[in-house]
Amino acid sequence: MNTVLVLVDHDSGAPHKSSLELLTFARRLGEPAAVVYGDADAGLVDVLGSFGAATVYAAAPGGPDEYPTTAKALLLVDLATRVAPAAVLVTADPEGKEVAARVAVRLDSGVITDAVDLRATPDGPMATQLVFAGTWLAESQVRRGTPVIAVRPNAIAPEAAPVRAVVESVPAPPHVDGPRVISRTARAASGRPALTDAAIVVAGGRGVGSAEGFGLVERLADALGGAVAGSRAATDLNWCPHELQVGQTGKTVSPELYFASGISGAIQHRAGMQSSRTIVAVNKDPKAPIFQFADFGVVGDLHVVLPALLDEISNRKG
Amino acid sequence: MRIVALVKCVPEPTATWRFADDLTLDRSAVDGRLSELDEYAIEQAARLVEAGVATEVSYLTMGPAPAVDALRKALAMGGDRAVHVLDDAIHGSDAVTTSLILATAIKRMGFDMVICGMASTDAEMSVVPVMVADRLGVPALVNAAAVRVDGSSVTVRRDTDDATEEVVATLPALISVTDRSGDPRYPSFKAIIAGKKKPIATWSLGELDIASERAGGAAAATVVRTVRPRPPRPPGTVVVDEGDAAVRLADFLVANKLL
Repeated sequence: MNTVLVLVDHDSGAPHKSSLELLTFARRLGEPAAVVYGDADAGLVDVLGSFGAATVYAAAPGGPDEYPTTAKALLLVDLATRVAPAAVLVTADPEGKEVAARVAVRLDSGVITDAVDLRATPDGPMATQLVFAGTWLAESQVRRGTPVIAVRPNAIAPEAAPVRAVVESVPAPPHVDGPRVISRTARAASGRPALTDAAIVVAGGRGVGSAEGFGLVERLADALGGAVAGSRAATDLNWCPHELQVGQTGKTVSPELYFASGISGAIQHRAGMQSSRTIVAVNKDPKAPIFQFADFGVVGDLHVVLPALLDEISNRKG
Repeated sequence: MRIVALVKCVPEPTATWRFADDLTLDRSAVDGRLSELDEYAIEQAARLVEAGVATEVSYLTMGPAPAVDALRKALAMGGDRAVHVLDDAIHGSDAVTTSLILATAIKRMGFDMVICGMASTDAEMSVVPVMVADRLGVPALVNAAAVRVDGSSVTVRRDTDDATEEVVATLPALISVTDRSGDPRYPSFKAIIAGKKKPIATWSLGELDIASERAGGAAAATVVRTVRPRPPRPPGTVVVDEGDAAVRLADFLVANKLL
C-alpha cells in the first residue's frame, strides 16, 4: 500500500486538529505516515498513531530555527524522494501553502490547494475544490510527479483508526539562511472559540455602524457560545480585529450557524462563509444580496433586533 | 534598489465567470482588470520610490494580449516600465510553469526586490510568489501588512492567528503584501497620460529560452477533470421586522437546535 506523507502541525506535544483531519483523508489514499519537524514526544506519537499513522518520521531541528517553513519543505522533499508517496498532504493555511509551493517546485510536481474533499482513483488522488469565489466545484488531479495537496481545515471530521506508530528519526535538513523573526507579540486570548473551528459564528459588517455597535455582535456571540467575525468593512474600520475577517482575503468558515448582522453579502464575503450549514441575516436593506442565500433573514434594524434577541435568548435560557 | 512587481489581469470579479471547453477559465468572455490585490503591491513599490529607497520599478505580467491593460493601469499608478510575456503556448499553464516563466523573466529583468499581491483574485492559490522565490533562490516574506527597507534588508510586519510578528530577510528577497498594507492610490489624469508613454516590452517564451512544450495546458502537472456549479441553497425565509423579529429568530434557532 502506498505511503501518504502528512505534514503535522503541533504545539507543545499536541497535534493541531487540522493535522488529524489530514490523517483521516490520508487513509482514503493509502497508508498515512506523519512527518513531524521538531520534538516527536511519546504523547504526540500516540495521538498520531491513534489516527492511523503507522510511521512517524521525526526530524529534530539542528539548532534554533525561528522560521522553519523552508526546513519543513526540504524534509518533505527528501522523504518524498525516498518513499515515493501516493501524495503529500499539508494544511491549506499560509505556512502550509508556502511549504506546498516549495515542495512542488523542488519535485517538479503538480500542486492542488484548498481541497475540501479527497478520494482515491486508479490514477491517483482526486481533489475537490471550490472555485470562482466558491460558486463552482472542480475535481482535479495531479498528473506529473508526487501529488502535493493543501487541504482546507474543517473539511472532514477527524476519525480515529488506531495503529501502533513506529518512529523513524530522520536527519534534519541542512540549515538555510532565510527570514528571521525579530519580534513576536502574542495576542490576548478572547475566551471565545477559535473562528475556524467554531460551531456558531456571529459576524458584523458595515451596518453595525460603530465600534460600540460591534459590542452587540460580541454579546450575541457570547450568548450563543460562538465566535465573533467581521466583514472586510468591519475589520478595515477596526471595529473587529483583522484576524477575525471572513471572506476572500480573510478566513473561510463553515459553522453550523453563521449569523450575519449588517453584512450585505457581497461575493467576496460570500466566498468565506457560504458553506455554513445555516445562515441567518439581519440587515435593514431588503435588497441586500445576503437575503438571496440566507436560510432565515430579517429585514430590520439590527440595533433593535439584536438587543431584543438577546433578551429573548436570556428569557428562554432562564 | 530595483523592484519588480508582479501583476495579473483577472476577470472582473462581479461578472459571471464561465469555463471554456478545456475547463480553464474563459477569459475571453469576461472583461479583464488589474487584480485588486496586486494594486497593494504597486502601492508599496510607489511608496518605496517616494521614500527614496527604490530607484526603479518594473512590472511583469504574463497572459493573453488584453493583459496589457493591467500593465497600463499599473504604469498609471507609478513605475517606469513593464514586461508582458505573451505567447499562445502559455494558455492553460499551471502554477509550477507560471512560476518558471515569471522567475526566468525576473532574472532577465534584474531585481533587488520582487513584490506581489497576497493572491490572485481568480485562481486564489497563493503559491506562485513562494514558487518564484524558490526558483530565484531568495527569501520569501509573505502576507506583509507593513514593509520597511533598511539598506540591505527588508522587514515586514504580519498578523498571524495568534500574534503579530516582524520578520526580516536580506535582499534580494521577495515579499507579498496584504490588503492591509495601505490603500492603493487613484491615478490622476496626468498620471494616466504619463503611464501611456512608458515602455512595455513584449517577450515570447522563445526569448526566455523556455520551450513551448514546457508551457500550457498540455504540460500542466495538474488537470481539472470535472466542474459543476455548486448546488443552490434551498430558498430561505425572509421576514420584515414588525416588532416580532426577535421571537421569530429565536423560534428559528430553537427549531434548528441552534439555541
